[in-house]
Amino acid sequence: MSIKGKAYIAGAYEHPTRKADTISLAQLHADVAKGALADAGLTKDDVDGYFCAGDAPGLGPLSMADYLGLKLRHLDSTETGGSSYVVHVGHAAQAIAAGKCSVALITLAGRPRAEGMATGTAPRNYGAAAPDVQFEFPFGPTVVNQYAMCAMRHMHEFGTTSEQLAWIKVAASHHAQHNPHALLRDVVTVEEVVSSPIIADPLHRLDCCVITDGGGALVVVSPEIAKRLNRPRVKLLGAGEAPKHQMGGKIDLTYTGARHSGPIAFAEAGVKPADVKYVSIYDSFTITVLMTLEDLGFCAKGQGGKLVADGNLIAGSGKLPFNTDGGGLCNNHPGNRGGMTKVIEAVRQLRGEAHPKVQVKNCDVALAHGTGGSLGTRHASATVILERE
Amino acid sequence: MTTRQRTIPAPQPSPDTKEFWDAAAKGTLLLKVCRACGETYYYPRPLCPFCMSDQTEWKTAAGTGTLYSYSVMRRAEVPYAIAYVTLDEGPTMMTNLVGCDFDALRIGQRMKLAFTPTDGGPPVPTFTLA
Repeated sequence: MSIKGKAYIAGAYEHPTRKADTISLAQLHADVAKGALADAGLTKDDVDGYFCAGDAPGLGPLSMADYLGLKLRHLDSTETGGSSYVVHVGHAAQAIAAGKCSVALITLAGRPRAEGMATGTAPRNYGAAAPDVQFEFPFGPTVVNQYAMCAMRHMHEFGTTSEQLAWIKVAASHHAQHNPHALLRDVVTVEEVVSSPIIADPLHRLDCCVITDGGGALVVVSPEIAKRLNRPRVKLLGAGEAPKHQMGGKIDLTYTGARHSGPIAFAEAGVKPADVKYVSIYDSFTITVLMTLEDLGFCAKGQGGKLVADGNLIAGSGKLPFNTDGGGLCNNHPGNRGGMTKVIEAVRQLRGEAHPKVQVKNCDVALAHGTGGSLGTRHASATVILERE
Repeated sequence: MTTRQRTIPAPQPSPDTKEFWDAAAKGTLLLKVCRACGETYYYPRPLCPFCMSDQTEWKTAAGTGTLYSYSVMRRAEVPYAIAYVTLDEGPTMMTNLVGCDFDALRIGQRMKLAFTPTDGGPPVPTFTLA
């Protein structure tokens, strides 16, 4: 059963805060839930399906359904790290198509800044029961140095340069200057990116995303409900998800799970990369964007450096406008989980509600892509393709 | 040459991997080989990740390989090199590079096994230039 045309994104909301010293995690979830429902023109009592991931406090959907006072007939707490919310959009459409719910609420929130978390530079230990930990954690795998090994190998095999990677940050910064909520609003140059301090070779400080508190929410509804609402209609055309891992030691760091999630989503949507007017691409690091665009078919493998260089990702002048909110590189990466904000900006673009300076003309088809986990070890890729009706 | 060494946290063996870490304590790197499909794999686990057979056995690695990728973590109290080394037996494994000039590293360099002590646990398999 296809989900094409079976569900619409009716509500989207991004929390304006970037540092939540005085807001609890549960309240951040509640703030964004209220914001997305108001955006859709719906109320709490319309919600019959709820989706959240590992960032939700306590027992996840149980704690949050309790906190929000939701009456539900469908729950989903699929956890794939930062791509969870892109996965949730697809799962919500499946549940709606199967008649299991008609108004699905998806929330994300986090407060790593308020909690003083060294997100990218401290090795993360997922616990001794994780079977890989004893074979990896002793070697100091941080988020940055794992992605850095992907960049190093990509440079080795395809001649990708630090300057080409820097263009991704430059494009994001051009967009972020117009976003009053963006954490970093200064436009930067290629020279500034490559002369910023190396964190883990070959990635510089400005190749890395921001660390922010906040969150976001989406409301996915049935076609019948979408037609009743007084909002531009954003239809789900296709969705794909795929994990990629160490493959028993047959490790290849030059591609991502998007190689699998992309074709699934494109086939379901019945569109090609050339039909897509705007892309939201998970940008934990510049290399994440480059490899993902290759794997989604926007260029041949190894040609990502040329695709992203020379301002090609900048809205208004470039061929493939991306992350027009400033993305994770400049705007927001709430809770170290960037999938939610990728979908939200794609919805803004399709509705014509992006900032006028970055609004893509005739934006009828958009793609949002999430990456959860680490490209350097194991991750889940998720792709959704959306259409303005 | 890097003189200061980062303290490596001790690996926490599980019941399935005791043999691997006991061998490490004696300076031997063990791999798993599947008798059913013939694949050699890493990290070790009782069931083959390629065919799910339980007919798997330990095999001593030669301890030689080539550098697949690496990154020097500069933003650390003591900079260190995380790496993937492709063993001559086939599998690629995460490791650290030790006792070498980080600035002279190149993908494709030949590597050899050199166990490094950990903070209160068995030594871990690290590599240095061959």
